[in-house]
Amino acid sequence: MSEHHDGPQSHSGPAHSGMDDARLDYYARLTQALEDLLVAKGVCTRREVQQEMDRMDARTPAGGARVVARAWSDAGFKARLLADPMTALKELGFSLPDTTPRLAVVENTHRVHHLVVCTLCSCYPRMLLGRPPDWYKSLAYRSRAVTDPRGVMREFGLELSEGVEVRVLDSTADLRYLVLPHRPAGTQGMTEAQLAKLVTRDSMIGVTEPLHSEPARAG
Amino acid sequence: MPRVHDRGGWPSEELINRIEHQLADWERRIDALNVVLGEKGLRSTDEHRRAMESLPPQQYESLTYYQRWAAGLELLLLEKGVLTREEIDRQMAELERHERQGIG
Repeated sequence: MSEHHDGPQSHSGPAHSGMDDARLDYYARLTQALEDLLVAKGVCTRREVQQEMDRMDARTPAGGARVVARAWSDAGFKARLLADPMTALKELGFSLPDTTPRLAVVENTHRVHHLVVCTLCSCYPRMLLGRPPDWYKSLAYRSRAVTDPRGVMREFGLELSEGVEVRVLDSTADLRYLVLPHRPAGTQGMTEAQLAKLVTRDSMIGVTEPLHSEPARAG
Repeated sequence: MPRVHDRGGWPSEELINRIEHQLADWERRIDALNVVLGEKGLRSTDEHRRAMESLPPQQYESLTYYQRWAAGLELLLLEKGVLTREEIDRQMAELERHERQGIG
């Protein structure tokens, strides 16, 4: 029975809509089967898996935004962050287990703009941004961030002038990148908490710039 | 031509689909399971990626992200002898039976 091994075949594309339920159920079931067997064999416990799910849920782009806002407010911290990010993050109270991949922080300026991709899969600074968004993992982004970075940024609403040099950084299992966006003009006098609200997830990937003023409250 | 996973610079004019879906429980679970096994030294990010890359190219392209993760982890655990084909098939059949009886 090769069907068990390869999973049910389907002609639907990678989009989530229109996928047949059978295939959806198959991989949900496979995940459950793997966990059940690993637990039964004593390889891991359900508690460990649940705790990791909770830990992942708790990590959001607010972590990265806090780091960026501090760097905008404190030149000494910014210098330390660029030189030795892991040590600087510990200063802010981030707990980073030994298994955490290395991190590089790259600064966007008026002259240079960095864009982060993982062409091989989906490596991402999860410790600061949480799980990567769907589009970051998409085949289209993985190929076009390299061939057409300006076009990709345009799709996200960012039109860079020709004079700005674009550097595309390809993440690996061992080295992740966080973009330190350029601080928007007219934000002098803002507190760190106010600044952090300007720092969007996408601006720390490099597909957009930070907001220029606080987002209006809904309603 | 690079292999199917090596997407950097592939010719593509496909627009970026920016719609983000809410993760299902099993997607959060397969993600966490990978990290837990990594902490136990049973799986590294490179090994897991290599396993996903050994899926048939058509399957690599048609599966969703976390489906690829589940298929890759299954392959890796089989290769390492942590689980056997028979064990997985048996557990899959068991779960399917439970689902059909509405006790899953």
